[in-house]
Amino acid sequence: MSPTTTSATPPVLETRDLHCTFQVRQGMFKPKKPLHAVNGISLKVHKGEVLGLVGESGCGKSTFARILLGLQKATAGDVRIDGHATTDFTRKQISRRIQPIFQDPYSSLNPRKTIGTIITLPLSVHGVGDPSSWRGTVEKMMDLCGLPKRVYDSFPNQLSGGQRQRVAIARALVMRPEVVICDEPTSALDVSVQSQILNLLQDLRAELGLTYVLISHNLAVVEHMATSVAVMYLGRIVEQTDTDTLFRAPKHPYTEALLASVLTPEPGKGVPDAQLGATFPNPINPPPGCTFHTRCPKVMDVCRQIAPREITIDGSTVECHLHDRQLNAA
Amino acid sequence: MAALLEVENLRVDIPLGAGDLHAVRGISFHVDRGETLCIVGESGCGKSLTSLSLMGLLPPKAVRQADKLFFDGIDLTQASQGKMSDIRGNRMAMIFQEPMTSLNPAYTIGNQLEEALLRHQKVSGKEARERAIHLLEKVGITGAASRLGQYPHQLSGGLRQRVMIAMALMCGPELILADEPTTALDVTIQAQILHLMIELQKEFGMGMILITHDLGIVARVADRVAVMYAGQIVESGTVNEVFDNPMHPYTQGLLRCIPVPGKTRRGEPLGSIPGIVPSLIGKIEGCAFANRCRYTFQDCLTTDVPLAETSPGRGYRCLLSDQQCLENAKEVA
Ligand SMILES: Nc1ncnc2c1ncn2[C@@H]1O[C@H](COP(=O)(O)OP(=O)(O)O)[C@@H](O)[C@H]1O
Ligand SMILES: Nc1ncnc2c1ncn2[C@@H]1O[C@H](COP(=O)(O)OP(=O)(O)O)[C@@H](O)[C@H]1O
Ligand code: SF4
Ligand SMILES: [Mg+2]
Ligand SMILES: [Mg+2]
Repeated sequence: MSPTTTSATPPVLETRDLHCTFQVRQGMFKPKKPLHAVNGISLKVHKGEVLGLVGESGCGKSTFARILLGLQKATAGDVRIDGHATTDFTRKQISRRIQPIFQDPYSSLNPRKTIGTIITLPLSVHGVGDPSSWRGTVEKMMDLCGLPKRVYDSFPNQLSGGQRQRVAIARALVMRPEVVICDEPTSALDVSVQSQILNLLQDLRAELGLTYVLISHNLAVVEHMATSVAVMYLGRIVEQTDTDTLFRAPKHPYTEALLASVLTPEPGKGVPDAQLGATFPNPINPPPGCTFHTRCPKVMDVCRQIAPREITIDGSTVECHLHDRQLNAA
Repeated sequence: MAALLEVENLRVDIPLGAGDLHAVRGISFHVDRGETLCIVGESGCGKSLTSLSLMGLLPPKAVRQADKLFFDGIDLTQASQGKMSDIRGNRMAMIFQEPMTSLNPAYTIGNQLEEALLRHQKVSGKEARERAIHLLEKVGITGAASRLGQYPHQLSGGLRQRVMIAMALMCGPELILADEPTTALDVTIQAQILHLMIELQKEFGMGMILITHDLGIVARVADRVAVMYAGQIVESGTVNEVFDNPMHPYTQGLLRCIPVPGKTRRGEPLGSIPGIVPSLIGKIEGCAFANRCRYTFQDCLTTDVPLAETSPGRGYRCLLSDQQCLENAKEVA
């Protein structure tokens, strides 16, 4: 984050105190209770950045992504694109600027439509340009995404998993969006295919000036792709900083545990015990104080009672009492 | 001393309309007591069918053949159904990716754990219950006694995986076959479960075959490694041999593909393996990897490639000279 970009242009994507609460029942006859899937997220993504979003399953990553895409309504707070609140936009207007790539390329592609039709659809829905130009636009995008021309008339089930993910990428990019939300884009793929897709995403970013939000449970992938990383726990961002700082000097004990769990291909290092305990808190009854305190190896008395505030240190933010100077001085 | 498990020229064929699918095409390996063999490879290379064939749990139409299949001196190719069910779940136990493959949603955890022991060994219900509690504690489940009355769906995925491990251990097996046991779990839970599995394996001196597609897991868990491609073992060796000097172009390719924090550089392209796996139906001419290999030369397309052992247990299936492979390996490491 250089000062020029922050002051001159608004972030391409911003959320302000975003909340999403679901009313859920735990048993057939029990009353509904609120589940705060996204519980106050404020962050900024600047043009050309890749924001990595990491955290265990159920922490709210996909819900957050769906709100950004306009597929899920926030219960409070707002999303801004180039400084404009998306509440002023229709779904269709949002989708011109923000497009998704999901984990499972198969279920997100209509099995009865040809690849050409699938990639053309966004152009026809949005009435972009002259219909006679569509085929050329689509073929150009297919080429950029490494899809041979002959698959234009193929059906999804005739393609490999990697090719299907290329189709999903071509479909997302054919509208020339500014931001692409990638939710576990390579989790269902073999490593030899994953590397091809990651390389493609890197190339397309440079080529088309894209901004990515990259959700992945694979921290090595995030380290390779992201320029900054947000770590999520039970609906909140507990640490956010540039990628190098995060991997070199993680601040939050949860980030430390996540990094310790990365199994790099180095024999002799064994499997570390991240010491997080076996129980994940129930998101309907989150622990009081710091919601991480039930699993934190560094828990202090104050953690059980008071929720940590957001602390800014050298451009990084972290929500943890260990880093709260005021608290530690008192 | 003879190996706990000895496998020679194991084949699994599945007859299909289009011809026979040769899913496992003549693999040989062994597992000693107290050691972990990792079988690694991408989806479809035959890992699961290999482990299912050892347990005698292949799908009905699949055909298993082997020159040798010995478990603790017992010839499994000759074992009757009854003999196999004595061994399975008792002396050889399996852990799957999806715990609900082993756990029955209709029964309590206590019921299933106790039954796993009572089916095979003459113990009292009280002893079975005590062992269940002991093992639930061993796998890191708190309040073990109170969990016995719970049903599988009342537990999180990570806890269910722990219960399945406890169940696999009920009879004190000598061999554990774990097929992608942590693939569906979060990295934090994955590390905990693998940590636990290694501890238990060492404590009980069990042999373990751990199947995975994840080279990170292999490096951290394996004593020895077998890399599979298109139904064959293309490289084998100790974990250090394979990671320090990956000799086969496929192993090298896999290692080039994965991002490694602190090693691969952001913005620089990762390596990749172009093309796709050959069809497993019918015979594969020449080297199975030839259509994707960066070093392919004429002979690769026509010559069957044997697994050349350079020392006992260390070998690879490639026509390049040892010298050449070693030089290529240096580029990767
Ligand atoms: N439509 C919904 N109704 C009720 N609860 C939901 C809904 N969508 C998600 N949740 C809950 O919200 C939490 C966050 O889910 P999700 O965003 O999918 O997490 P992640 O993508 O990080 O795994 C989970 O506890 C999940 O069960
Ligand atoms: N029941 C089956 N019927 C037909 N083909 C099968 C069956 N099970 C597996 N195969 C095929 O056998 C090959 C090996 O499968 P598998 O052992 O499951 O691979 P892996 O576990 O390495 O992903 C694959 O090509 C797969 O499609
Ligand atoms: S606030 Fe306390 S419990 Fe929360 S992460 Fe920091 S040290 Fe751990
Ligand atoms: Mg998700
Ligand atoms: Mg498998």
